[in-house]
Amino acid sequence: MSLDLPTTGCRSTPVLKERGQREVFCGLTGIIWLHRKMQDAFFLVVGSRTCAHLLQAAAGVMIFAEPRFGTAILEEKDLAGLADANAELDREVARLLARRPDIRQLFLVGSCPSEVIKLDLARAAERLNGQHAPHVRVYNYSGSGIETTFTQGEDACLAAMVPTLAPSVSRELLIVGAMPDVVEDQCLALLSAMGIGPVRMLPAHRAGELPGVGAETVFALVQPFLGDTHAALLRRGARHIAAPFPFGEEGTTAWLRAIAEEFGVSREVFEAVTAAPRARALKAIATQSAELRGKRVFFFPDSQLEIPLARFLVRECGMTAVEVGTPYLHEAIVGPDLDLLPAGPVISEGQDVEKQLDRQRAAAPDLTVCGLGLANPLEAQGFTTKWAIELVFTPVHFYEQAGDLAGLFSRPLRRKAALRKEAAE
Amino acid sequence: MKLTLWTYEGPPHVGAMRVATCMTGLHYVLHAPQGDTYADLLFTMIERRNHRPPVTYTTFQARDLGGDTANLFKDSARDAYARFKPQAMIVGASCTAELIQDDPGGLAEALGLPIPVIPLELPSYQRKENFGADETFFQIVKALAKPMPRTEAITCNLLGATALGFRHRDDVTEVTRLLALMGITVNVAAPMGSSPADIARMGQAHFNVLLYPETGETAARHLERACGQPYTKIVPIGVGATRDFLHEISALTGLSATVDESALRAPWWSASVDSTYLTGKRVFVFGDATHVMAAARIAATEIGFEVVGMGCFNREFARPMRAAAKAYGVEALITDDYLEVEAEIARLQPELILGTQMERHIGKRLGIPCAVISSPVHVQDFPARYSPQMGFEGANVIFDTWIHPLVMGLEEHLLTMFREDFEFHDEAGPSHHGAKAMARTEEEVEDPFDAVAAEHSIPVVTPSGEIVWMPDAERELKKIPFFVRGKAKRNTEKYAADRGVVQITVDTLYEAKAHYAR
Repeated sequence: MSLDLPTTGCRSTPVLKERGQREVFCGLTGIIWLHRKMQDAFFLVVGSRTCAHLLQAAAGVMIFAEPRFGTAILEEKDLAGLADANAELDREVARLLARRPDIRQLFLVGSCPSEVIKLDLARAAERLNGQHAPHVRVYNYSGSGIETTFTQGEDACLAAMVPTLAPSVSRELLIVGAMPDVVEDQCLALLSAMGIGPVRMLPAHRAGELPGVGAETVFALVQPFLGDTHAALLRRGARHIAAPFPFGEEGTTAWLRAIAEEFGVSREVFEAVTAAPRARALKAIATQSAELRGKRVFFFPDSQLEIPLARFLVRECGMTAVEVGTPYLHEAIVGPDLDLLPAGPVISEGQDVEKQLDRQRAAAPDLTVCGLGLANPLEAQGFTTKWAIELVFTPVHFYEQAGDLAGLFSRPLRRKAALRKEAAE
Repeated sequence: MKLTLWTYEGPPHVGAMRVATCMTGLHYVLHAPQGDTYADLLFTMIERRNHRPPVTYTTFQARDLGGDTANLFKDSARDAYARFKPQAMIVGASCTAELIQDDPGGLAEALGLPIPVIPLELPSYQRKENFGADETFFQIVKALAKPMPRTEAITCNLLGATALGFRHRDDVTEVTRLLALMGITVNVAAPMGSSPADIARMGQAHFNVLLYPETGETAARHLERACGQPYTKIVPIGVGATRDFLHEISALTGLSATVDESALRAPWWSASVDSTYLTGKRVFVFGDATHVMAAARIAATEIGFEVVGMGCFNREFARPMRAAAKAYGVEALITDDYLEVEAEIARLQPELILGTQMERHIGKRLGIPCAVISSPVHVQDFPARYSPQMGFEGANVIFDTWIHPLVMGLEEHLLTMFREDFEFHDEAGPSHHGAKAMARTEEEVEDPFDAVAAEHSIPVVTPSGEIVWMPDAERELKKIPFFVRGKAKRNTEKYAADRGVVQITVDTLYEAKAHYAR
C-alpha cells in the first residue's frame, strides 16, 4: 500500500522567508523537558537573571521539587575578567556536584550573554571533565536566543552528545528525540512486535543506557527539530530513515513502514501488528475531528512541529491550512511531510510578528496555533487559538495519542461554541 | 557568579515592561535577542491581559553581532513609531544588548522622532525587577511631569501600581474609594492606567499617595522636589495602617480623618469567639518589604498571631525591615535565595506561612499551610473577583485569605478529640480543601512507594463477573497520572464488562480509551 500522495505537495512551494521580531522562546526552554527525561543529568545555564527568569516562567508553574537545572548568574565582576569567570564556574560546579552526588551528566548550557562575552564553555567542559570524570560526564551546548529557537535547544543538546557516544559495530535501530515515557513504551512495543531490535534511544534515561553509534546504526527521528543531531549522526556514519513524523494514524503508519522496510518486516506481520491500533486511532480521530472538518488553520512559528502537524490536520482531520509558519525548515527532515501536505498554504520560515499578525487578521482563520504571548490577545479579538507549547508538552506521538492530538485542536473550538451558547442566554 | 534555582525577581527590563504594559500610549523599544519575548507571556498568561505588552524587541541574532545591530535598533524604533503612533517612547537594552553597548538612547535620539523618547539605563548585572520598574517610572515622570497650578479641589496622585503587581488593580480602586470618603479625588493614578498625557498633568495634584515604595518611591521623591508635592509614607494595608494613613492625609490636607467604617468587618471577625483558635499561632512572613511589614503588623496586632520570623527578598529595604523585625523580637532574614528561606522555615516550623508563591511551594513541601501576601505572582494571584489588600475591604479580604489555609477552629478541636480515628486525622488536611483526604497510612506498610500507590488507588466497584488486569495492562495503567487514573480504570473495566472481556490487556485499555475519547 502506498501513501496517497497529493497531485502537488508543498515541497516545491516557495518559502516566504521573514526576519524581524520573533515571538518565540530561546533554546534554553528545552531544559524544562530534557531534565525530566534524563534522570541523572543536571543542566547548568551560564547566563543572566533573564535566563533564570525565563526558565521559571516557561515552566509555567514553578515545579518546586528541587529542579535538576539552575542558572549560574553572571555578575558585574564576571564580565570584567574571564579568568575569574572560569574560576567561579569551577567553584559553582564543584559545590553543585558535592550537593548532588546523584548527578552523572552535567550540561553546561551557553546563553546569549555567555556567547557575547565569549566564555568558552567547550573548554570549561573539558577542564571540568578532567576534574570530575569518571563519575560525572560534562557536556556543553548553547541554548542561547542568538543561536537557537525553542526546540533547537534539544537539538543542540543531543548533537553535543553524539560525538561522545561509544563506537558500535552492531546493526541497531536508534530512535532519536525526547518523548514522554508512555509514548516511548508504545513505540518500543510496536517495533518489538514486528521483531525489530535491538532498539536504542537518544536521549536515554540514564548515562549508563546511552547508545553506541557507527556505520551499522540506522536512525529514525521522532521530532522534526533535530537538524544538527541528524547531521552529527551522519558524521558518525549512521544512516537516516527518512519518513513522515509519527503524528496521527497516517504519519505513524508511514513512519513505522519506513522502519519495517529497512528491517525487512513482511507485509503480513506489519498488518498484523498495526491493524488494531490503526483502527483505534482512526476511530478516535473521527470522534475529535468532527469539529475540525472544513475549518481553516493558521500556524505561527514555534516548535518546528508545524509542518507535520499541518499535514495531520489537513489530511486526517479535514482542515485547510492557510499559513504554516515554522522557525526553520529542514527539507531533509520534513520533506516527506511536505510531500504529503497538499499545495495551497503559505509556507513561511522565520518571523516578523507584526506582519504575520496582519496576515493572520486578514485571513481570519477558524483556528490559530500560536505561542502563549499571542494567544490571549488574539482570543480577546475574537479568534480561537491553540497554544503551541502544549503540543510539545503533551504526549501526541503514535497511534494511541492520535485522538488526543486531534482533541488538542478541537477543544478550543468546542469551548468557543459552548461559551457562545452561554452568552446567548 | 551565583547559582540560582528560582528567583524572586526578574531582570530590570522586566520591571520596565511592568510599567509600560500597564500604561496606554507608551511604547517600549527593547534591544534584545530572540527569546526575550518570553516576558510577554507573563502579562498575557499570568495576568490574563487581552493585549500584547507594548514592546518591540529588536531580536538580534548571532550573525548580526559582527554586523550592524545599531541599525537594527534604529529600524525597529522607526517601525514601532510608524505602526503604533505612541505619545511617548521608552528605549533600552536587555542584559545581552547591554554587553554590545549600542546606546539605544543615543540611537533613538538621532532618529528625531516627533515624540518624547526616554532612554533607560538599567544595569542588568547589578539590579533587578523592582529597581527596573521604579527607575522606569521615575524616568517617565522626570521627563514628562512639570510643575503646574494646583486643581481647585483637593486632589492627589496614586503612585506605584504596575502590571504584575500583587493585587495592584484592586488596591487602586479601593484607595480611590477610601480617599473619596474624605472628599479627595484622584488626579492621576500612575503608572497603572495612565498615559504619557496623564503623567504630564500630575503636577496639578496637591499631594501624592505612595502605594508601593518598591516601584514608586523614586518618582515620589522626584515629584516632592520638582513639583512641591508631599507624599504619604504609610501604606494602608491592615485596619490600623489604614486609619493611620487617613490621619496622615488629614495632616496634609486639613480634612477630617473620620470616615464611614461600616464596611469594615475584619476587627469583629478577629474578636469573635471562633477566632480564639488563631491566637498565638506561630507565623513566618516573607515577601517584598512593604507587604511583609504590613502583614507582620496585622498578624501581631489585628489577629493575635505570634510573628516568629520575617524578612524580604529586596535588599533595598533591608534597613526598615530590620527595624520592623526588631519590634517583634526577631531577626530579619534578608535574602533572595529561596533555599535559605526554606531552611529558615524548616528550622522555625511555623504553623502558618505568609509569603509569596515561592513560600507556598516551600510550605507544600514541608506540610505547612501558606497564604500569599506578595509578588512574585502566578495566575491564581489575579482573581476574577474584587480582592484588594489595601483599605477596609483589603482588611476583610486579608482576614479571609489568611484563615483559609488553616483547619477551621471547631474542626481543629475535633481533630484533637478524635485523633485516634483512622479517617479523621490531621494528615487528612482541612476539610474545606477538596481532594486531600486520605486514610492514615497504616504502619505495617513498609515500602514507602507502595504506601503512596495505596493512597492514590481509587477503589473500583468491580462489575459482575471476574475481570482481571493483565500485568502489562496494570503497568500501563500506572503510567496514567493519578488524577485521571481512577476514571481510566473504571472506564476500561466497564468497557470490558460490557463486551464480556475477562482479561484486560494493554489493547483493551486503549480500545476503551478510543471508545470513550473525549
